[in-house]
Amino acid sequence: MSITVSNISKSYKSVKALENISFNVKEGELFGLIGPDGAGKTTLFRILTTLLIANEGSATVAGFDVVSDYKKIRNSVGYMPGKFSLYQDLTVEENLNFFATIFGTTIEENYDLIKEIYVQLEPFKDRRAGKLSGGMKQKLALCCALIHKPKVLFLDEPTTGVDPVSRKEFWEMLKRLQQKNITILVSTPYMDEAALCDRIALIQDGEILQIDTPQEIVKHYPKQIYNVRANNMYQLISALNAYEFNHSVYPFGEFVHYTDKRTDFNPEDLKVYLEAKNLSNIHIDKTVATIEDTFMELAK
Amino acid sequence: MKRFIGFIKKEFYHIFRDRRSLFILFGMPIAQIMLFGFAITNEINNVDIAILDHSKDTTTEEIINKISASKYFSINQFIERESDIETIFKKGKVKAVLNFEKDFSKNLIKDNKATVQIITDATDPNTANTISNYVNAILQQYQKELNKDITITYQIIPQTRMVYNPELKSVYMFVPGVMTIILMLVSAMMTSISITREKELGTMEILLVSPIKPIQVIIGKVFPYIFLSIINAIVIVVLSIFIFKMPVQGSLFLLGFESVLFIITSLALGILISTISATQQTAMMISLMGLMLPVILLSGFIFPISSMPLPLQVISNIIPAKWFIIIIKGIMLKGVGIQFIWKETLILVGMTIFFIGLSVKKYKIRLE
Repeated sequence: MSITVSNISKSYKSVKALENISFNVKEGELFGLIGPDGAGKTTLFRILTTLLIANEGSATVAGFDVVSDYKKIRNSVGYMPGKFSLYQDLTVEENLNFFATIFGTTIEENYDLIKEIYVQLEPFKDRRAGKLSGGMKQKLALCCALIHKPKVLFLDEPTTGVDPVSRKEFWEMLKRLQQKNITILVSTPYMDEAALCDRIALIQDGEILQIDTPQEIVKHYPKQIYNVRANNMYQLISALNAYEFNHSVYPFGEFVHYTDKRTDFNPEDLKVYLEAKNLSNIHIDKTVATIEDTFMELAK
Repeated sequence: MKRFIGFIKKEFYHIFRDRRSLFILFGMPIAQIMLFGFAITNEINNVDIAILDHSKDTTTEEIINKISASKYFSINQFIERESDIETIFKKGKVKAVLNFEKDFSKNLIKDNKATVQIITDATDPNTANTISNYVNAILQQYQKELNKDITITYQIIPQTRMVYNPELKSVYMFVPGVMTIILMLVSAMMTSISITREKELGTMEILLVSPIKPIQVIIGKVFPYIFLSIINAIVIVVLSIFIFKMPVQGSLFLLGFESVLFIITSLALGILISTISATQQTAMMISLMGLMLPVILLSGFIFPISSMPLPLQVISNIIPAKWFIIIIKGIMLKGVGIQFIWKETLILVGMTIFFIGLSVKKYKIRLE
């Protein structure tokens, strides 16, 4: 096991940030922590990177205890905090050189690990880090976290505030890093990114709702979901919310994801109801659950 | 060691890329020393005074001539009536009025005694005091000349001699003070800001999750400022020697050693400040309010410690700047060696060890 977390609880004064969290991450696994802002993801990262001490429970990273062996962990993990935390007044190359030096290595030594990312940064290597675009900043931060060839990589919301193209590229890189047998723990508030992980933990209000592969999590969704569409989105949502048999109503892009309380639900009934509410162009189709649907269902 | 050098290199990048701070770093000592040296001064020059001469005889004329011949005073006008004194002060034209009594000469010969009243405008007490001292000095000088050939009088004339700074040049007093302020400010404020900046930007989080040791971070932060502060100290000493002709009586080597000691004391204070403040702004406020004010008010730089109320005198003992000012005044003005200032030096060493110990203990290896 690369990371083991057992019964971790942590509170700040009166606020409970984490409650009885347990999970394991296997070696070489890409493990995702999926949850909204304030779910406790950053606190968990800080406990695992030895920056905070949990009130209860224990955890190990790369076989070392996060409290007693914290120095060994600091030698062997890479950490990319949620906030961009490089030196803005240093250039790309100087930042990378600095982090290589304090980890006792050089850029050349581990160049193969960061090569694919760094080639994109190379044209800007004399530019100050503070003047890079959001996506570039994250790539540089990833390079800096990787430069000493860590056994475990902690990425706290690496794609927040990054454009969709860069986000996609970033995840492709993570997949490639995984091939090099680096364990990756990544957190994200984006449900679409969850599907790219080997396993995910859905977390909310400091508690884990479910841990499984993205496929299994979706498979266990208890109800049939329908895509509902009509001419007026706003009216549609209020009509569905007012419908006495509704189980859940969530806007989902151009559709509304709808589930019904009844087991013998007939979409035609709903159509009649909606037409009575002056809606037209009504389409109701079966669809498969996404991780977001599962999350919403679990978080209910 | 390679780590450490890499860290120091990074610190120098920070310092040299932040042009504004760099400007403050080197512009401030020069500006301050010029300000204190030229503008803020206790000396008096060409002070306007008025004369009210009731006797108008040869003696008063001689005295008046002596006074107007000195470079300290220029006689603005002669007035005729006592009532004019108030008017002329109110107009603010003169700082002092000399009021010679009637029959000045006659009284002097008859009773060996004559009176002249020195009335000064004490809205500015320091100047008033100085003026009256200077007039007294001129009068005494004149008295001595009068008594030259006569041996009958048994007079006890106090002779005050100002040693070490015979001309009472205020710059001699300000240079040690300014040097203290600048070294303190640069060392303590700059280090505390640069450490808290890492906290604020989140880079401290990454530094913590790395093999670099806390002590390496601290020394790496402090090292560039030792270097810059030494340059500042040299600039101040060179400026005061060449522009203000301030003598350095004692050994330059000892002065250098004591300055480095004080720089380290201030840096230790800076580290301590950074361990208790979370943001750059807090660090700056604590440095300014907690360090600058005591240094200016309680170190004996401007106000003599001996004339403070007892509680403040006691408090002044815990201010490192007080001891440093005693040390450098001793070296620069009196030319003393280590045998006269070892006690103060030891106190500074003790304070430094205390501050460093406390900050190492308070330095957080985690976020909370």
